Amino acid sequence: MKKYTDTGKKDTRSGFGAGLLEAGKANPNVVALTADLKGSLKMDAFAAEFPERFFQCGIAEANMVGAAAGLALTGKIPFLGSFAEFVTGRVYDQIRQEVCYGCTNVKIASSHAGITLGEDGATHQTMEDIALMRALPDMVVINPCDYNQTRQATLAVAKYMGPVYLRFGRPSVPNFTDENEPFVIGKAIVMNEGKDVTLIATGHTVWESLQAAEALEAEGISAEVIDIATIKPLDEEAIVASAAKTGCVVVAEEHNAFGGLGDAVAAVLAAKKPTPVEFVNGGDRFGQSGTPSALMAAYGLDAPHIAEAAKKAIARK
Amino acid sequence: MAKSNEELKTIATQVRRDILRMVCLAKSGHPGGSMSSTDILTALYFNVMKHDPATWTREGKGQDMFILSAGHMTPVYYSLLARTGYFPVSELASFRQMGTRLQGHPSVRKNLPGVFQASGSLGQGLSAAAGIALGKRLDKEDNFVYCLCGDGESEEGQIWEAGMFAVFHKLDNLIAMTDWNGKQIDGPLEEVSGIGDLSAKWEAWGWNVIVADGHDFDSILKAFELAKAGKGSGKPTMILFKTEMGHGVDFMAGTHKYHGSVPKPEQLEDALKQLGETPLGDF
Repeated sequence: MKKYTDTGKKDTRSGFGAGLLEAGKANPNVVALTADLKGSLKMDAFAAEFPERFFQCGIAEANMVGAAAGLALTGKIPFLGSFAEFVTGRVYDQIRQEVCYGCTNVKIASSHAGITLGEDGATHQTMEDIALMRALPDMVVINPCDYNQTRQATLAVAKYMGPVYLRFGRPSVPNFTDENEPFVIGKAIVMNEGKDVTLIATGHTVWESLQAAEALEAEGISAEVIDIATIKPLDEEAIVASAAKTGCVVVAEEHNAFGGLGDAVAAVLAAKKPTPVEFVNGGDRFGQSGTPSALMAAYGLDAPHIAEAAKKAIARK
Repeated sequence: MAKSNEELKTIATQVRRDILRMVCLAKSGHPGGSMSSTDILTALYFNVMKHDPATWTREGKGQDMFILSAGHMTPVYYSLLARTGYFPVSELASFRQMGTRLQGHPSVRKNLPGVFQASGSLGQGLSAAAGIALGKRLDKEDNFVYCLCGDGESEEGQIWEAGMFAVFHKLDNLIAMTDWNGKQIDGPLEEVSGIGDLSAKWEAWGWNVIVADGHDFDSILKAFELAKAGKGSGKPTMILFKTEMGHGVDFMAGTHKYHGSVPKPEQLEDALKQLGETPLGDF
């Protein structure tokens, strides 16, 4: 199996911060807004380098979305940033009206997504955001898996014309993708080729799936691992091709059971290549306080649970 | 060329005729607020804003821009866009019909010239206008951004978020207006929300506040002059236009009944007779 090395744990939000600064240097139209979470979103470097292009909005997310839309109308490329819950659930209508229906070139930087936000607990842990953003016409939904990929995705998002939801996280996690690999919006990345089962993952569950694939290999099971960094538009071709090859699929995501990557993959396979699918997600639950790793285990999202789901999927072939 | 007050009155009469004929053709729409803001927007589009329909683009470079935050007031908005040359006046007949560019609430997805942003979900346009004001400042443009809000709309919390933001960022190129007609769909404001003294509220928020008579062109034009003179003050301006819902037709005036419903055919005839014909002609 292809070997991936953790080059040192880093948070994906810092990948966003680094990418934002680079994007800002490359294009003077890139501007940024935050609702009192500049530090948490790692926007400090951008704000220091480009003070006139950085807009503090205070704790008023609804206005921030509208102001970003207004900036976009004048040709700017605004990245607005806050915690995932507060740039989705709290402002769903603003995003729907001002950004998607309004066709404005707004980039939503969504940090602390999912259960791994950790100790702050359920009020801040959105497990529904992918579903909300996927449901919006024209919205691109991206969920990179590590620091390097988040940095590259941020650069790609700055060059893309149209609304984007860029989802990343709080905790330090393994950094294992090639730092020089350009991010291609809408393209699945086959991380490991296999023949017995396909593990489809996004965000933090990509590393967990690679760990699961290693454990499965030790048991003689060959797992293909696909990183779906772009959840919408979905690389249907890659998913169908892999399902045709392995005959069964596991979808793992740091999201609840509804409307996320699992539903997206299932819909594609149901229509184009009916295949047994097992789902690894947070179920029909809210989160709770805990360390990120304890929560990933408790909510069944870590490598052992993914490996278990793979065996179930294989048994259904 | 600036219009005289007499000419503005004539145009406003024609715009009110357009509003009534549009909503009656569509058998739906929002005539009440459209008629209370007719005089304000007639002055804005004909005498105040620096804009050029012939070179219009959505980015609005080098032009003043207008955002209709109270998006349900499309009848007055579309009439003025047509009457200032953004699209043919005859197109007003398509209002709210299947396939039209003249959607019930403003859309940017139908390539309708003059419309900068979608609106209709209340409370959001002032934020967009503030963002445009920031963008124009970054681009070192000296143009203004105008935004019309409803008084009922001002019950939305986002209006006050935007109000705080515009002051914090010193957006003195932003001129907001409130159509203070005192009515909303369920009744008089004081019976629905108790929003109270908008003038005291905006002053407390730190805005330049101007109160004007929204049916008197001298008062309207003077308010806009004062507002534009606020450039350099570091403060955004809110013009509170005292108006009457359904202004211009006796059975529609001063009641919330025609906020979101339309006159019957025989009432339309009566209303048009009250307004009188103009040399501009109906669509």
